[in-house]
Amino acid sequence: MLARIVIAIVMTVALQFIPLDGWLRLVSYLVVYLIIGYDILLKAWKGIVNGRVFDENFLMAVATVGAFALAIYEKSGDYLEAIAVMLFYQVGEFFQSYAVGKSRRNIAALMDIRPDYANIEEDGKIVRVDPDDVTVGQTIIVQPGEKIPIDGVVTSGEASLNTSALTGESLPREVREGDEVISGSINLSGLLKIKTTKDFGESTVSKILELVEDSASRKSKSENFIAKFARIYTPAVCYGALALALLPPLFLMLFKGAPFDFATFETWVYRALVFLVISCPCALVVSIPLSFFAGIGGASREGILVKGANILETLSRVKTVVFDKTGTLTKGVFEVNALHDKDDKDLEEWKAQLLEYAAIAESSSSHPIAKSLLKAYAHQIDRSRMKDLKEISGQGITAVIDGKSVAVGNEKLMKGVGVEPCHCHTAGTIVHISIDGIYAGHIVLGDVVKPTSAKAITDLHRSGVVHTVMLTGDAKAVAEQTAALLGIDEVHSQLLPADKVSNLEGILNASNGDGKVAFVGDGINDAPVLSRADLGIAMGAMGSDAAIEAADVVLMDDDPMKIGKAIRISRKCLRIVWENIIMALGIKGVCLVLGIFGIVNMWLAIFADVGVMILAVLNAIRAMYVRKI
Amino acid sequence: MSKTFKIEVDCANCANLVEEAAKKVEGVKDLSISFMTQKMKVTFEDGADEKEVMANVLKKAKKVESEFEIL
Repeated sequence: MLARIVIAIVMTVALQFIPLDGWLRLVSYLVVYLIIGYDILLKAWKGIVNGRVFDENFLMAVATVGAFALAIYEKSGDYLEAIAVMLFYQVGEFFQSYAVGKSRRNIAALMDIRPDYANIEEDGKIVRVDPDDVTVGQTIIVQPGEKIPIDGVVTSGEASLNTSALTGESLPREVREGDEVISGSINLSGLLKIKTTKDFGESTVSKILELVEDSASRKSKSENFIAKFARIYTPAVCYGALALALLPPLFLMLFKGAPFDFATFETWVYRALVFLVISCPCALVVSIPLSFFAGIGGASREGILVKGANILETLSRVKTVVFDKTGTLTKGVFEVNALHDKDDKDLEEWKAQLLEYAAIAESSSSHPIAKSLLKAYAHQIDRSRMKDLKEISGQGITAVIDGKSVAVGNEKLMKGVGVEPCHCHTAGTIVHISIDGIYAGHIVLGDVVKPTSAKAITDLHRSGVVHTVMLTGDAKAVAEQTAALLGIDEVHSQLLPADKVSNLEGILNASNGDGKVAFVGDGINDAPVLSRADLGIAMGAMGSDAAIEAADVVLMDDDPMKIGKAIRISRKCLRIVWENIIMALGIKGVCLVLGIFGIVNMWLAIFADVGVMILAVLNAIRAMYVRKI
Repeated sequence: MSKTFKIEVDCANCANLVEEAAKKVEGVKDLSISFMTQKMKVTFEDGADEKEVMANVLKKAKKVESEFEIL
């Protein structure tokens, strides 16, 4: 293509210095024209054959062939214009495919975290294999500078890992024996041996890639709008041009007594051709998906995975943000603050017993409270001591431990098993325990607020979010204390998972279309709420498949500051999209009107087409740069 | 059931046109082409013969845009 452009330019310039006349001149210009434009003519012809007449190839073919015909008719020998139109059009197309291709590859590279191989040890030697062939439990070796291909646990070695491709966090993470590592991180220093815990297909890196690759296939409303627009627009412009070529001269002839010959048509045919050149919809058709793609790419570099262009659009219109408390605004890591017996007293000998029963009962739960109980207990759990385990969602657990029926959970559960719990005076999350139908005591747990939570709420309000709400299963006192600390507008506490959905529906109704409602959760048991909201944001959810499925935006780390950032990225992207729509339609509109009155010539028409497209593409690429917003 | 194919298509508008045409192929429930990632995601109707449907999709796509390729 580049060669054809260069040859055509050289020949055109040369022809300006060679005095040729008549047929020879026409033929030599025609040769140049065909060199530069044969494929356009071919495509236009194919379009007509396939019943798809109106596209930009057709516009260009008609405009340039028309210009040639006009020059032959006028015997002016001014074939330059037709060649110039085709040449500029091709230069524009060439630039466009270069720029789009390059930014496409750049953005794709941002998202490309695919590991190409895994190292395994065979007979004392390191062998490279396809990560798909590694089975769960096999040991892989990751050398400095390599990507970890599969999720697993370090069995030997120490290293610092760069997880920035996954979390956007630039600080390296130190790992040693026993630590879990996620695929996609890059080993910066030492040699690691890792026992895999998942298949390659189930590993973090595969999940992310799947999500990112699918993201572009979910189209935004503005993309669909432009696609539809182009389908109506191009034929409309063609008929417009035809009308411009025929109606004014006919009018002049019939009512103004203009002579009935081609001279009357001439100016109007030329104007119609100019009109056709200006009207190409390329700038819009290319720049809008490119803007969204760049925005999604830029966001993913910041550790914000957006599932599609339509999501980016919704995100930009978020006015209400609803938070889950545990694991989202708080660390979700509870610490055992106190152990009290049934009379609300500290009783040393009971403590160990109470904690042991609670820990055994909760040993198979993934709830953050269960994890902290296990951590506080800090001994091996003998699960064989327990049977008849029953988990009652939003209440707790009942089981038979050492032959005694034990219930571990909140006040509702206690009442459910017919025990009157004692009301503790310490603020915090209270886990009550009853043994054989007798109230045994309770454990007080405290959750720690994330250091950036308060700042994140302020930041959201600054980014145009009007209302913040917190939904939590926690006790009223704890919930209100946390909300006040963080500056959250509205709190609903003591909710079961099902209540969260109905509460969210209430909020959705109240907002009734005026701005979108986003729900932010850590994804552990929020999947229904995540999918019910206009926009579900799951954070730090790299472990939870259900959350990744249900959410529209996945934050790879668990920093709430990223929510505001995601909204700002989406606003920037949408602003660029609208800038391009307005700029392209504006310039084209003005030029079209001027073209009708004959003020715009072919050269300006080419700027209106190619120039606007180049500007739009360059503007679209800006959507990728989001580090500082 | 849906499947993603790598494709080659060289202009954004062509991608739109191919998408629109290929959506109408029998056995295709939904189809979406991303010019940016050069991927095509096809959701098949239940019980549709994948190979046959894809051959028809390619034929239809070629008719609209001769330079369209499924890799």
